[in-house]
Amino acid sequence: CFIFSALSQYCGFAVRKPTPVCLCFRDRKEWADLEPVRQDDGPNPVVKIAYSEKFSDVYDYFRALLKNDEKSERAFALTADAIELNAANYTVWHYRRVLLQALSKDLREEMRYITAIIEEQPKNYQVWHHRRMVVEWLNDPSEELEFIADILSQDAKNYHAWQHRQWVIQEYKLWDDELEFVENLLEEDVRNNSAWNQRHFVISHTTGFSDAAIVEREIQYCLNQIKKAPHNESAWNYLKGMLQDRGMSSQPGLLERVLELKETHCSPYLLAFLFDCYEDALENSVQRENAEEDERKETLKKALEICELLAQEKDTIRKEYWQFLGRSLKNRFVTGGSSDEPDVAESSGKQESN
Amino acid sequence: VKLLIFSLRTFTKKSTKIDSLLLDKHGDYIAAYGSKKDDYEYTLSEYLRMSGIYWGLTVMDLMSQLPRMNRQEIIDFIKACQHDCGGISASIGHDPHLLYTLSAVQILCLYDSVDALDVDRVVEYVKGLQQEDGSFAGDKWGEIDTRFSFCAVATLALLGKMDTINVDKAVEFVLSCMNFDGGFGCRPGSESHAGQIYCCTGFLSLTGQLHQLNADLLGWWLCERQLPSGGLNGRPEKLPDVCYSWWVLASLKIIGRIHWIDKAKLRMFILACQDEETGGFADRPGDMVDPFHTLFGVAGLSLLGDEQIKAVNPVLCMPEDVLQRIGLQPDLLS
Repeated sequence: CFIFSALSQYCGFAVRKPTPVCLCFRDRKEWADLEPVRQDDGPNPVVKIAYSEKFSDVYDYFRALLKNDEKSERAFALTADAIELNAANYTVWHYRRVLLQALSKDLREEMRYITAIIEEQPKNYQVWHHRRMVVEWLNDPSEELEFIADILSQDAKNYHAWQHRQWVIQEYKLWDDELEFVENLLEEDVRNNSAWNQRHFVISHTTGFSDAAIVEREIQYCLNQIKKAPHNESAWNYLKGMLQDRGMSSQPGLLERVLELKETHCSPYLLAFLFDCYEDALENSVQRENAEEDERKETLKKALEICELLAQEKDTIRKEYWQFLGRSLKNRFVTGGSSDEPDVAESSGKQESN
Repeated sequence: VKLLIFSLRTFTKKSTKIDSLLLDKHGDYIAAYGSKKDDYEYTLSEYLRMSGIYWGLTVMDLMSQLPRMNRQEIIDFIKACQHDCGGISASIGHDPHLLYTLSAVQILCLYDSVDALDVDRVVEYVKGLQQEDGSFAGDKWGEIDTRFSFCAVATLALLGKMDTINVDKAVEFVLSCMNFDGGFGCRPGSESHAGQIYCCTGFLSLTGQLHQLNADLLGWWLCERQLPSGGLNGRPEKLPDVCYSWWVLASLKIIGRIHWIDKAKLRMFILACQDEETGGFADRPGDMVDPFHTLFGVAGLSLLGDEQIKAVNPVLCMPEDVLQRIGLQPDLLS
């Protein structure tokens, strides 16, 4: 467009253009051999569609190239224009990959290209899948961790970025520094659920969680983070997720530490975790033959009180859930009709409507 | 802090809170979609047109306004989108993909016109995308995602052809995506996400494997998505979005724990996402509307029991009466 209006000055005649006109593909000599293909919205298009001029120009020519299955440099160049206008168009990305291979294009240059595109549009499936393909073709992950870290510095929860990171690490065995990376992210935002998920991912694929020392280290880590930010769903989910298979009450001293935390850093999550501890203790006591009956009753009472507290006061939006937990606990652990435990108030009208 | 500001904003915005369902306005919005002059957005979304049509038709049918849409044109359009390999593309001139294959089959089921397709070829296409580990690629380029596992079995279930794939292996892969919190991500190890959870619970329903879930654990994770505003988010510490009213709610319905959500508060949130002037629903109150959020807002309200809307099936997000006609009743936990 700039070239055209500049030329008109030199030609000495006034070309009346209200706005600069784009040097469209249809005006370029080297594209004159190709018949552009207009948008086809079906046999009997009902809707009249208004496009921007540039968009229809680029895509008319893209369709022409596809139709002729043209594999050329100009086709490759045009895919970049098409992507710039609509990076979510998966067919354009397919075609670009076909051309990358058919023309034996420089894949390093393609890495630079896809890096720039992702920086502009990081929340798009196609761009990340394209990058993965190029990394695979090059068999070179050396830029990935740094690149993804940069994208995450702009949005630390970008789901695509995290999937790509997990793939690179697993595929190329790049585990070594990842735990440190996760910890840095959690320093910046202790509530980043993606980072907590990544922590679990790294540990389960490296040391695993069966070593008691590892588990203790992770418990300590969680409790420290919780002290910094008590209302932290992710930290509590992580703690519970790590311990639920081996049993909460298998960790000596954990219950006491949580009870201590309750005084100063209480939250609905802490209370829920306490409930899980009590429930686990009850399950274990059923198996121990010489379990103290009084101790069991006391544990049950405390568990039910927690349900009541959450349902009525601390987490009322989920009262149906807390009442369910209380009921099911009673069903499992109240023996033969003795009901000197407090009744958890039942809500009416809890039937789900269809 | 963002969440707090958002909750305050929801209830103190300048316009009055919308508390009734504007069904006629939504019908007008969908019926006119794509025929308005400023259609740049429509053009840009051509790469997902088939899904766009599915969203529009489904919400119109749920609102008992399907006859306002142009049945024959859409069927002809779908025919033109089936490729030689059997797969169906988002639009004419685009490449086939599992996502749009499912959307096309769903549309044809709404219209009772599945015979517009070469069904055997569709089945071959879907079957051909299953990998050795049981997972499904979205298309020949190989992106793996549990979304595609769902698309594959949903497509085949609607066509009555589930036995053509290796169901056991498919189940094995999806279960390998179950996380420590009971949720599911797109691949093994991926963060739990409500959209992926919907796909995986839907998948397990269609393959008769719901008993493999830890329904209490997952149900708790799902009901934790509800924020003080009543809206639902998709993962911890994220903002609410009306489409999660579908992903989360349908998942809860499938696992028999929908009553763990505060329904009244969620309903209020969904209604507040309507646009009184244009019709349609936005992702959250005050934002721009689109057909995607319109479907999931209305479908969510249906799951919550709104009697002005037809019953919606939580597994396939299609009207229940359509599935009854086909004879497909996916499992739900009680």
